Amino acid sequence: MIYEKNATEMATALEKGEISAVELTRAHLDRIAAVDGEVKAFLYVDNEGALAQARDVDQRRKSGEKLSPLAGVPLALKDVMVQQGVPTTCGSKMLEGWRPPYDSTVVSRLKAAGVIILGKTNMDEFAMGSSTENSAYFPTHNPWDLTRIPGGSGGGSSASLAAFEAPLAIGTDTGGSIRQPAAVTGTVGVKPTYGGVSRYGLVAFSSSLDQAGPCARNVLDAAYLHEVIGGYDPMDSTSISAPIPPVVAAAKNASVKGMKIGVIKELQGDGYQAGVLKRFNESLEELAKLGAEIVEVSCPNFEYALAAYYLIAPSECSSNLARFDAMRYGIRVGEGSAEEVMNATREVGFGKEVKRRIILGTYALSSGYYDAYYGSAQKVRTLISRDFENAFTKADVLVSPTAPTTAFKIGEKSNDPIAMYLNDIATIPTNLAGVCGISIPSGLAEEDGLPAGFQIMAGAMKDDRLYQVGAALEVALNSKWGAPILSKAPKLGAK
Amino acid sequence: MALSYEKVIEKYEPVLGLEVHVELGTKSKMFCGCSTEFGAAPNTQVCPVCLGLPGALPAVNGKAIEYTIAIGLALNCSIAPFSRFARKNYFYPDMPKNFQTSQYDEPICFGGFLNVKIDTDEGVKEYRVEIERVHMEEDTGKSLHMGGATGRIHGADYSLLDYNRAGIPLVEIVTKPLTGTEKYAPEVARAYVSELRDILRSLGVSDVKMEQGSLRCDANVSLRLIGAEKLGTRSETKNVNSLRSVERAVRSEMIRHAGILDKGERVIQETRHFHEDTGETTPGRSKEQAEDYRYFPEPDLVPVAPAADWIEKIRSSLPEKPSVRRKRIQEEWQVPDKEMAAMINADVLDQVEETVKLGADPTRARSWWLGEIARLANEREVPAVSLPITANDVAEVVALIVNGELTDKLARQVVEGVINNEGRPSEIIEKRGIKVVSDDSALLQAIEKAVAAQPDVAEKVRGGHIPAAGALIGAVMKETKGQADAAKVRELLLKHLGQG
Repeated sequence: MIYEKNATEMATALEKGEISAVELTRAHLDRIAAVDGEVKAFLYVDNEGALAQARDVDQRRKSGEKLSPLAGVPLALKDVMVQQGVPTTCGSKMLEGWRPPYDSTVVSRLKAAGVIILGKTNMDEFAMGSSTENSAYFPTHNPWDLTRIPGGSGGGSSASLAAFEAPLAIGTDTGGSIRQPAAVTGTVGVKPTYGGVSRYGLVAFSSSLDQAGPCARNVLDAAYLHEVIGGYDPMDSTSISAPIPPVVAAAKNASVKGMKIGVIKELQGDGYQAGVLKRFNESLEELAKLGAEIVEVSCPNFEYALAAYYLIAPSECSSNLARFDAMRYGIRVGEGSAEEVMNATREVGFGKEVKRRIILGTYALSSGYYDAYYGSAQKVRTLISRDFENAFTKADVLVSPTAPTTAFKIGEKSNDPIAMYLNDIATIPTNLAGVCGISIPSGLAEEDGLPAGFQIMAGAMKDDRLYQVGAALEVALNSKWGAPILSKAPKLGAK
Repeated sequence: MALSYEKVIEKYEPVLGLEVHVELGTKSKMFCGCSTEFGAAPNTQVCPVCLGLPGALPAVNGKAIEYTIAIGLALNCSIAPFSRFARKNYFYPDMPKNFQTSQYDEPICFGGFLNVKIDTDEGVKEYRVEIERVHMEEDTGKSLHMGGATGRIHGADYSLLDYNRAGIPLVEIVTKPLTGTEKYAPEVARAYVSELRDILRSLGVSDVKMEQGSLRCDANVSLRLIGAEKLGTRSETKNVNSLRSVERAVRSEMIRHAGILDKGERVIQETRHFHEDTGETTPGRSKEQAEDYRYFPEPDLVPVAPAADWIEKIRSSLPEKPSVRRKRIQEEWQVPDKEMAAMINADVLDQVEETVKLGADPTRARSWWLGEIARLANEREVPAVSLPITANDVAEVVALIVNGELTDKLARQVVEGVINNEGRPSEIIEKRGIKVVSDDSALLQAIEKAVAAQPDVAEKVRGGHIPAAGALIGAVMKETKGQADAAKVRELLLKHLGQG
């Protein structure tokens, strides 16, 4: 089926005229209609918008216009990214019914490139969570096992890829929200260097950590998407003005010969599922076979990363989410004074996890506590950056399992926030240091037959290395398995 | 019974702290491209950024930074090589993000001073006001509380919000505690704000209109017993919006504090509101109710790190300081103190200087701006500068007088015409047919007519009683509808009567 192809294959078919963008879009919309009742990846499917966009791309192609490589290829957009006129909820009741009056920079660039936006995908409320169970609307189900979580916060995006509802997706990664969902769904997810992709129009959770990035079913597709959405944006002061690293070329290069690959000692062992570690070590062997040198590096301060993260991210979110006050947009609850309406609305509009983090962050920033909490966390952040700097003197890239476990059961960790937070133990350091990371499938864990992820990390603006190493490993593993891992996923819509 | 001010200063020493907020005159807002123009229809100068819509991000207006650096330099401050924005978190409906992007512990300018002079019965006194910091922030929107009696939020039926002002660049200039002003504290406070206003105006960074709120002053006042070391508890009177009110608010707070302290009670640390009508303050928010603003560095903005050569470029393009300029002008033009003060009070120094630059002599230029133009401004109850007359017009009129083409009386008609929007001086002269009658024969004709009408007066003049000529000159002027040059008439008349 056409929807089972990769984005680059679809792009070739479009270019050759074997299929029109409208046909391709319709095939995906049909697929969504057929399987999303089970997967529940989408909060909103923009049938008409997507088809209108596809008609436009077909028209432009017909008139002989030179189109971008991904023109006409469909994509699923995480609902944290604003798109003009299309409902954007961030998985929260707070924004129910809000249609943004503007496009995020990522959306503008997707539209300019002719990428078809199919709709908005489910997520943990305001991107806070690791399972997509914190969505105020419904949980998303992992296409590998519908009783399990698809990761989070971007579980809708990862599930849409694994369910062949879209070949490309946009995620955002504050502590692992692109990479961990990719790991547990057998897909590819990239957290670019902080500042590599504009945050303008990304509804902020934690401004200094948030980073939008590409999600796909293989490394090259992700690289193409990265080139569409990346690069300097004057609307985002923290965006980097240097050109995007040559990620597509790196994905095509796919060689690790002579590269030094650093295994982070602290990101393995206790707390990591045996089957996940086994696949991780096999992947290392593949890389060694390809000519890479495997070295062990130590990042002693990673131990404090989770604690620092859970002070910085909540602190920033307590401020970022203050704007949801019922005065200008979103829902409005109650009556009386402005203050009463604000209180009532925030009480109803925010879910439990969001409130937990707002309270945590408000406390951490309070006068008298700032130095002990937020201040200390910033110092840890500096130490973690130094750990990375040191490690990158010894290795070209660093690696670890993406997540300590495979997908757990829906509801399994809902009442244990700390257990939930531990899902991101291997991904959070990257965000704290502003460096980049990718997760690619490393195979299925023996004990549960579910996908595990292999994380590759590189220094700031060395995103091309992620793609180079990731593509090399992907080629090796696919040839070992005989086919991409997703071909082993159960068929959906069979019932 | 309130204490007399004399009693207050016998016993207590006032300590002042002044915080001045200035709206910068940049074309666009602090963090987005929206217009800053005053008076547009509500909520028409807004965008996702200044409305704080989800996802929107700020981007710093470079002009605002340049202006702030210029202010810092003009106030003798150091410019931080690295400073940061910070978020000041509190909930208020007219604040779109429920935090204000401001600066906290890393302001862009710090450690300056401003010397101010006041004129007292003991002579001119000079004070040095130390500047703690100058920092940037964004303004909030405006709330209009409808219904209810006070216009305050309490008791209002509903409120209207206008976000046009949200995001307009503000600079806050904070003094260090100012001691040693003693009984002149209110005058020094006023003189400081006035001098600061002149500097800001000379820099061209703000229109500094206190009545429109583009310059607002918060006055911190505390008292301590004379000779005491420890500072007393202060009150902060917010948003005082005229120079006169600054002086009155400080005086009123000094008297109020002294009354409390004399009773052995403690001054509450709180904000106060000043009322123009009563000249007194009423309580606002006390420290106990004050918010914890949870300041932290703004993660959406990169630090401000102005290049040293940019700072030097700004420094070298600073205009002459108002105090230096005033001194220079006074010496160059030989202006008496009183008249200098009058020009400053009437706010016409710029206009006079411009008029002189365009060729008018300083005395004439001054007397037009302080005389006829000031009179017409008073009549219309507007400041002279807002009248539709320019230095060009005045210079033109003065030149015509000097050439003898206009008399003073005719010139006043021309000036009035300009102010009535009838056109430029030359157009008015043409339209109204204003012309000095300089044709000797026409004048002689009028003189003969006057002499014929008052033969007895003419006889006196002929007999050597020159002062009597005034009546005849008056008649000639009347006959020529004021369009004659009186001096010329006098000369011809005397000659005509054998006295020339």
